[in-house]
Amino acid sequence: MSSLFKIFDTAGSGMAAQSTRLNTVASNLANADTVSSTPEGAYRAKEPLFATLHDNALKAGAATQDDGTSGVQTLGVSESQADIQSRYEPGNPMADANGYVYGSNVNPIDELVNMISASRSYQNNVEVMNTAKQLMLKTLDVGK
Amino acid sequence: MSQINDNLFGLHTQALGLWQKRAEVLSGNLANADTPDYLARDVDFRKALTQASGNQLPLSAPTAGQIDPNANAGEQLAYRVPTQPSMDGNTVDTQVEQAQFAGNTVHYQASLSFITAQIHMLRTAITEGQS
Repeated sequence: MSSLFKIFDTAGSGMAAQSTRLNTVASNLANADTVSSTPEGAYRAKEPLFATLHDNALKAGAATQDDGTSGVQTLGVSESQADIQSRYEPGNPMADANGYVYGSNVNPIDELVNMISASRSYQNNVEVMNTAKQLMLKTLDVGK
Repeated sequence: MSQINDNLFGLHTQALGLWQKRAEVLSGNLANADTPDYLARDVDFRKALTQASGNQLPLSAPTAGQIDPNANAGEQLAYRVPTQPSMDGNTVDTQVEQAQFAGNTVHYQASLSFITAQIHMLRTAITEGQS
């Protein structure tokens, strides 16, 4: 059944994905300056992985037919494999035996760019949803 | 009388369904604007409407595995030709999709207007111009 209601699902999945992305950006920026006493414990920048969610994936019956509508899903959140930076700060309470602390590998510039992109994409999806709503309301008024 | 009913709205009832379908596809493109390896798609409107209007003799697909030319427009989605390459293999150009979606919305409303106008015309005839 083809219906304008599907647009709400599609745009909604897009909004959910983008808000996940905004969440990881917020987490990364908040932890940009955290330190750890071990390289393993240092904060690593997180990034969500998006994938297309085909509508027929939801319906077990129609396994072969792709009807063209596709939302987004977040497959998972990956952690950046960039190098952890060590700093010599013997006075830091978190310093290890040699006086080193290990900072996060968050790149604030990357995060800000990500934030702008996620915000714009979110707004796009909101506009799509608004337009679909207007079309549905106008359809209800046919003949008046 | 039934003939009047059948042709009352012309192609606009079919067109409405296709505009709606296209809005769904375009909204999918916009939602996947940041998905790696997503290929933007669109409805071939001319082909779909020609098919919906029944002005074309249907081809047959006698053998399994052949592309069914009578499949509905949703199964005949075309891939958009990318205007600029991207590193993650995504071919959604947000501006293009936005423009197409806006145009699609106007077309949908135009079809609605035509249908409304037809209803008004019939109502005028029924009430002898009184309302």
